[in-house]
Amino acid sequence: MSTRGHEAELFETDVLIIGGGVTGTGVMRDLALRGIRCLLIDRRDLNAGASGGNHGLLHSGGRYASADTETATECRQEGAILKRLAAECIDDCGGLFVAVEGDDIDYAERFPERCAAAGIPCEPLTPAAARELEPGLSDKAFAVYQVPDATVDPFRLTLENVNHAQQLSDSQYLPHTEVTDFEMDDHGAITATLCRNNRSGELRRIRASQVVNAGGAWAMEIARMAGCSDVSLIYSKGTLIISNIRLSDRVINRLRPPGDGDILVPGGTVSVLGTTSDNVESLERIRPTVDEVERNLAQGAMMMPRLDHTRFIRAFSGVRPLLQASGAGSDGRKASRGFTLFDHESQGLSNFATITGGKLTTFRLMAEKTGDLVAARLGVDTPCRTATEPLPSGDAIRWTEPGFAARYWYNRRDPKDMILCECEMVPQSAIDQIVEAAPGAEEKMSLEAIGLRSRVGKGSCQGSFCAIRVGSYLYERGVYDSPDGLRQMRNFVDGRFKGVRPVLWGEQMTQMELAEALHCGLMGLDKIGSNEPGSGE
Amino acid sequence: MQQKPRAYEVQLAVIGSGLAGFAASIFALERGLSTAQVGNTGAVAYTTGYLDLLGYHPVTGQQMLHDPWQGLETLRRDEPGHPYALIRNDEIADAFHLFTRAVSDMGVNYSAPGENNLAALTPSGTFKPTLSVPLTMLPGVEAHRRAARTRIVDILGLKGFSAREVVANLQDSWPGLSAVTINFPGMESGSQVYPEVMARALQVPAERELFAQQLREVAGDAEYLGLPAIMGIHEPDAVHNDLERLSGLRLFEIPTMPPAVAGIRLREAFEQIFPERGLLLIPQQKVDRVTPEADGTTLRLKDSYGDVSIHAQAVILATGRFLSGGLEALRDGVREALLNLPVTQPEGREAWYRERYFDPRGHLVNRAGIEIDPQFRPLGRDGKPASKRLFAAGVILAHQDWIRQRCGAGIAIASAYKAVESAAAMLTRQT
Ligand SMILES: Cc1cc2nc3c(=O)[nH]c(=O)nc-3n(C[C@H](O)[C@H](O)[C@H](O)COP(=O)(O)OP(=O)(O)OC[C@H]3O[C@@H](n4cnc5c(N)ncnc54)[C@H](O)[C@@H]3O)c2cc1C
Ligand SMILES: Cc1cc2nc3c(=O)[nH]c(=O)nc-3n(C[C@H](O)[C@H](O)[C@H](O)COP(=O)(O)OP(=O)(O)OC[C@H]3O[C@@H](n4cnc5c(N)ncnc54)[C@H](O)[C@@H]3O)c2cc1C
Repeated sequence: MSTRGHEAELFETDVLIIGGGVTGTGVMRDLALRGIRCLLIDRRDLNAGASGGNHGLLHSGGRYASADTETATECRQEGAILKRLAAECIDDCGGLFVAVEGDDIDYAERFPERCAAAGIPCEPLTPAAARELEPGLSDKAFAVYQVPDATVDPFRLTLENVNHAQQLSDSQYLPHTEVTDFEMDDHGAITATLCRNNRSGELRRIRASQVVNAGGAWAMEIARMAGCSDVSLIYSKGTLIISNIRLSDRVINRLRPPGDGDILVPGGTVSVLGTTSDNVESLERIRPTVDEVERNLAQGAMMMPRLDHTRFIRAFSGVRPLLQASGAGSDGRKASRGFTLFDHESQGLSNFATITGGKLTTFRLMAEKTGDLVAARLGVDTPCRTATEPLPSGDAIRWTEPGFAARYWYNRRDPKDMILCECEMVPQSAIDQIVEAAPGAEEKMSLEAIGLRSRVGKGSCQGSFCAIRVGSYLYERGVYDSPDGLRQMRNFVDGRFKGVRPVLWGEQMTQMELAEALHCGLMGLDKIGSNEPGSGE
Repeated sequence: MQQKPRAYEVQLAVIGSGLAGFAASIFALERGLSTAQVGNTGAVAYTTGYLDLLGYHPVTGQQMLHDPWQGLETLRRDEPGHPYALIRNDEIADAFHLFTRAVSDMGVNYSAPGENNLAALTPSGTFKPTLSVPLTMLPGVEAHRRAARTRIVDILGLKGFSAREVVANLQDSWPGLSAVTINFPGMESGSQVYPEVMARALQVPAERELFAQQLREVAGDAEYLGLPAIMGIHEPDAVHNDLERLSGLRLFEIPTMPPAVAGIRLREAFEQIFPERGLLLIPQQKVDRVTPEADGTTLRLKDSYGDVSIHAQAVILATGRFLSGGLEALRDGVREALLNLPVTQPEGREAWYRERYFDPRGHLVNRAGIEIDPQFRPLGRDGKPASKRLFAAGVILAHQDWIRQRCGAGIAIASAYKAVESAAAMLTRQT
């Protein structure tokens, strides 16, 4: 599908999809199921944007029931579909909404009827019964309702989308390929998309009949490159923190208008508390801060007092692309959580579409609407199948699931298959499978890319030790054969640090000191160069 | 088993069993002071075995310091608060010589500290500027200097040590370098092997014969073989010499990831030899409470036999940083864990760390620590010495960044030297 000209590498496809988040990969699979060939690109890698920086809550809709019945209904419907078709990505753990002393009593009392309006099952519990289910709940809770919230692994979801699409058609995914410009003809059609390969610095030129912009928060920038001014987004940054233990069985939501630290989502052996919401001007240099961590903790501890004495292993941030509807003002939390599909015909373009806004929970529906438009433009009348066709899993994409590696290893009990990541029990054979066959696998694959496709670096050491062991193993296997392998280790721990930094106190600080002694004192990673292209931001 | 509380009376009590604590005990015994030392093994368990004096100055420099003594002069001018600013070069040299000689006497031989830094090998195939290295590691420095035909050997099942990694990172500057993997005799299954287990196996002469034969078989035309550090725990030099004799090759060790044997060797040598020399050593315990009294200071702790109290005329605090528990990082600030001494620190957690991990300037929180006067007495909140009996040594001291400056052992050894000197002077004045 690609030929290398003297100036740019050339690719041709039917549909180019920009953005490897849950939306872009969802569109890829949707189109592949209709028999349409696509090329998916991302400036960094899968889930580099909000899809890798979210709460992982498969919303029952309860969160939006009070303010936005339409979004709440969509969440309920889509949540039910995903639970049926992508069960291995989901932990159907249920959720509670909890009001504590000081919260608005009227708001709490109206909750069941608002849920009923959106069709969301909602069971009242006495605070005592709730504390029996979730002993960590504050004794100041005065109203509790049970709803069908669940959690979802967005990494698994995107990997499965891409994997399935690649199986169905000769669709392809290219990481670190960033759109920089579009070429147009006189009739309002994009004739070529110009990209930079962020790893090599080389140019890539992509010719496609249709171009889909699934750039999430970047969708406005990308649309502007194509001369479209109709996409108008507010950037709302959210920060979350991850504890080193699982603090509750269920999702715990604060029963009040959305605010900092009001959702605690369990995920495997950890819990994630969030989220803050702050409007930001730019998408560059997004990183969690100490202040955001403290704000989450201060609020979260009112629902779950244990949070004040919990060890946190990392914080992370994502940016929500919120559609600026006229009259909504600039409050990120009040702006619509709905999505919009732009066909850009008003802008004089005939083969360009943008899909942005929305939720992780509603990605399938977003992909369906986009697929319908693109298929119609291509004259394909095969209907959407994602509401009925289950998502198949594959060997090389099981490794993002917490606990999977440990089960796999105990079942096989092959002592030669050594554990490289001790926190998450990731063995050598997992690395072998990922390097060979995971979606987006490539030569001299980066540690960051391996981390994205597994639990490497996600445990309490945050990659301090496993990055070094995995790196050494890849040298041993000959995957790395130059000082570039050390730069991979350096870049990986540098990347993880961004999230560790704001939660450094107590034991996590002790660990950091040991890590720095290892990385700098022992290995000298602080003194090697790191200025290769594409070394992250 | 509950016994009646044991009470000891000594001139000097050392709190901490890191390099600073052990160095302090060495210097105190040399001066003939009756001495007690308490502490769990701290960062010693992690050390490469290399004794660093000063590797980089300024800390942002990409070039390692060739002459660390010259570097120290500049450091004192640029960073007048640095602990090294309170110690002269001749005192530091004296401290290093005393320390390496004492450790060599205990069976772990070190190269004599010299004029220049050595470029010592790391398991990632980079170099570490350091002043003195165990003799089992010294031939590696030599082999590299001569660019001799050398083969790096790794062992099947040893995680985090890859001969190919070492070679991949050095091949440009060291053309005669190659890599090979061997089985450790008796551990051929391919499952995980541990440096400490192999090192203990090599204490046995018959094991050494088998191992040397393996080495001969894979040596090819190499003059030197570089191995992960596994050549014995006790008297590693004897193990090293014997393996060289049996294999007919020059051999050297490269440090491994922690827990590594270099630190275990030091700890076991200290724990065995010190008590023979009259040190009251209470290993693997933490002091719970320190009570100042009119005629001395009492340290209290518990071990598996019950309560212990040590009454001392002088105390050296060498409890290390976060990793060892000397300093504690709380959500709202850093505190000194045992005596609640004031800690000089950046304002607020946002200022502790820079945005980028590998920022060449290093992180500000790593320069946090306790303040001392020129006699190495920690200062209290009023800026005056907290007690005339209390001294401090090691990386708990403020205004240094031992990791980035590559000066961990140097600060520990040199400050222990000064703290013992001041404590001895105080004890003399008292009698
Ligand atoms: C803090 C936070 C918490 C959230 N929690 C939840 C939750 O619990 N439940 C839920 O349902 N939803 C949640 N969301 C919302 C959800 O995460 C997003 O709606 C969803 O992930 C958006 O996916 P996307 O694919 O549209 O965008 P993204 O995932 O942002 O993907 C866009 C991609 O485009 C790429 N890109 C950008 N520019 C270019 C370019 N020029 N060339 C090539 N590629 C480019 C980026 O690298 C990125 O990977 C949360 C969001 C945030 C920020
Ligand atoms: C991974 C790693 C690699 C290293 N590599 C090198 C190297 O190559 N070269 C080099 O020069 N240095 C190296 N070091 C540093 C060196 O080992 C020492 O850590 C350093 O010199 C500091 O010594 P210290 O004695 O001040 O502190 P530590 O070594 O931290 O010792 C402090 C001691 O105090 C004890 N303690 C704390 N609280 C109490 C209490 N209440 N009661 C009793 N005892 C207590 C601790 O248990 C510990 O024994 C390395 C360190 C690490 C972690």
